[in-house]
Amino acid sequence: MDWFGFLFLIEVTIGGLLSGVMYALVAIGFVLIYKTSGVLNFAQGAMVLFAALTFVSLVEAGVPFVLALLISAAIMVALGFAIERTVLRPLANRSPMTLFMATLGLSYIIEGAAQIIWGTEVHRLDLGISNAPFQVAGVFISTFDLVAAAIAGVLVAGLTAFFRWTRTGLAFRAVADDQFAALAVGLRLDRTWATVWAAAGIVALVAGLLWGARLGVQFSLSLIVLKALPVLVLGGFDSVLGAIVAGLAIGATEKLAEVYLGPFVGGGIEGWFAYVVALLVLLIRPSGLFGQKLVERF
Amino acid sequence: MSFLKRITITALAVATLAAGGAARADEQYFPLQSYRVGPYAAGGTGFFGGFIDYMTLINTRDGGVNGVKLVWDECETEYAVEKGVECYQRQKSHADTAAWNPLSVGIAYAMIDGVTADKVPLITVNHGRTDTTDGRVFPYVFPLLLNPYSETSGIVNYIASKEGGLESLKGKKIVVLYHGSPYGKETIPIYDLLAEKYGFTVVQIEVPHPGNEQGAQWLQIRREAPDYVVLRGWGVMNPVALTTAQRNGFPVDHIIGNVWSNSEEDALPAGDAAIGYTAITTQASGNQYPVLQEIIKTVYDAGQGNLSDKSRIGSVYHNLGIVNGILNVEAIRIAQAKFGNRTLTGDEVRWGFEHLQLSPERVKELGAENLFHSINVTYDNHEGEGYVTFQQWDGKKWNVVSDWIAPDWALLRPIITKSSEAYAAEKGLPIRTSEDADKVTQ
Repeated sequence: MDWFGFLFLIEVTIGGLLSGVMYALVAIGFVLIYKTSGVLNFAQGAMVLFAALTFVSLVEAGVPFVLALLISAAIMVALGFAIERTVLRPLANRSPMTLFMATLGLSYIIEGAAQIIWGTEVHRLDLGISNAPFQVAGVFISTFDLVAAAIAGVLVAGLTAFFRWTRTGLAFRAVADDQFAALAVGLRLDRTWATVWAAAGIVALVAGLLWGARLGVQFSLSLIVLKALPVLVLGGFDSVLGAIVAGLAIGATEKLAEVYLGPFVGGGIEGWFAYVVALLVLLIRPSGLFGQKLVERF
Repeated sequence: MSFLKRITITALAVATLAAGGAARADEQYFPLQSYRVGPYAAGGTGFFGGFIDYMTLINTRDGGVNGVKLVWDECETEYAVEKGVECYQRQKSHADTAAWNPLSVGIAYAMIDGVTADKVPLITVNHGRTDTTDGRVFPYVFPLLLNPYSETSGIVNYIASKEGGLESLKGKKIVVLYHGSPYGKETIPIYDLLAEKYGFTVVQIEVPHPGNEQGAQWLQIRREAPDYVVLRGWGVMNPVALTTAQRNGFPVDHIIGNVWSNSEEDALPAGDAAIGYTAITTQASGNQYPVLQEIIKTVYDAGQGNLSDKSRIGSVYHNLGIVNGILNVEAIRIAQAKFGNRTLTGDEVRWGFEHLQLSPERVKELGAENLFHSINVTYDNHEGEGYVTFQQWDGKKWNVVSDWIAPDWALLRPIITKSSEAYAAEKGLPIRTSEDADKVTQ
């Protein structure tokens, strides 16, 4: 490999890692809910769409940026609470498949509601972050992706601090460790779940804004769940750290595969190559790289 | 259109169908397999909005086509093939269907055998299987104005005109970034053929559906260092291509979009990254054309417009819908001239499409001069030799930047014929003659 080829390899890897951060952003929303309630929330993508549509519609209606952000955050928190109260709580203690199907249905309802309320037009979302690249030693690096990575970092730090140093966070960790023990010491499971759904709503808003600025705010935003699923399988469904590491790994792997393996098989492989990686991990380590191993004794 | 209005119209349509689905003697029915929700809703609302607006104009201004009122109902497909086929099964029971216009390659493919048995035309304006251009093999399918091969030829001719002629293409490199679907792959062989003929290098790179992540593809493009990139996208793939090109330092004015990468919805979300982007089109955008002005005055000012957002009047998809309306209505008018001013059968409308010859003068009479050029459909050429033009995005709107350009039909026709004849042999289909085409079921 010559010097140019080596630089290109570095560039592909960096680009993949930065894309992976964007995948991890979506995956974190899944992890928060799965960790506390064991529910794989398939509606996370629809929540991302709803959040972005809400924000951009408010801005287009003339609401100042910061106020629109606060209103959108409030709406997402309210949506999180409403979902927990009206869908998840009545279905408590049902089988995981029932809960998954409920979130699948919820996904369609939120998508439909978003389009009825905000319309189906494609919107431009300008966060004021430059899309122009800069060069470091001949390698192009995207300013937007770097800023997105920084925002994701702040989000993860904030979530970590919240769950480590607040009462609600401690309750969250207790519930995540053992629901019945948490219940036995007097913790309110329903409150914890509601808080987590609200937190997932905030994560959906952040993901929606960053993905919306990349893609435009449109229905396809809800399809980004497809990018998050292999990340979850690789990192484990119940690990925030796993989501970050797996996001980086999936992002870099799929880009390297597309660039270096794609030409030998006709290209267009990155969409499913991430799932090949996820499947291999499932075969070797079913709980993912960072997921909690489930031990059942009979 | 408001949600309540849509519910009311749907309820009325259902009631009409429940009442027997029979059109009155002085009505001609269009089943609309529209998509107003889902990932491609922006294109669907614009196209079907324009189509309906034009039919409303004809009904309101002229009292229909020679006294025959145009009627329609909508069935939501969300651009999904299975829903489109469901709609076809439901709507085909309606009497006096003029033509199908699903605006979806997948749905159109699934309907070819059905419409052929029903003897009702299937219109795939600007898209569809290229070899359906050969009406000798596909009597009921009409890829009007532009098939994918003609589009390819038009784009290559445009690039050549920018470089100083077809000879100047020698030694140049063009990357085609295509959507990972049958639609996206349709033009692979023709780009290879044109590259060989004109001496340029072509590199074709696939973007997996839906195309919301293209980092790897644009890094490959940067490594290839092409002179031009042709964007053969759809939906979200288009703005993502433009923003990713900017992130990789590729000049946007060297990206040429195909006919499904040429709308406001493709350019607007990309912001500054789209300024200078050029795309092919068969119909210009803007509302300055007389037919558009009439629609605004007669339809929108009377509160009968189909678009809820009036700023979309004259947008690319809206104008495509209007042009599609003109082509459908004129086919009926031409067929009426032969069969009488009455409700026509699907096969009679097919005959009308096979004689749909609109010269630039006739297009001007219809108030569409410079909106589109002309069309010349015959029984064996169902595309009709549509001309193309190119438009450039200035950050807010498209501006036409070329004359009307003719694709190289003489070069393409033998390839199309070879493909259609192979299809006929495989399926055991007869090759129609002009005499066959004149036999009409009434």
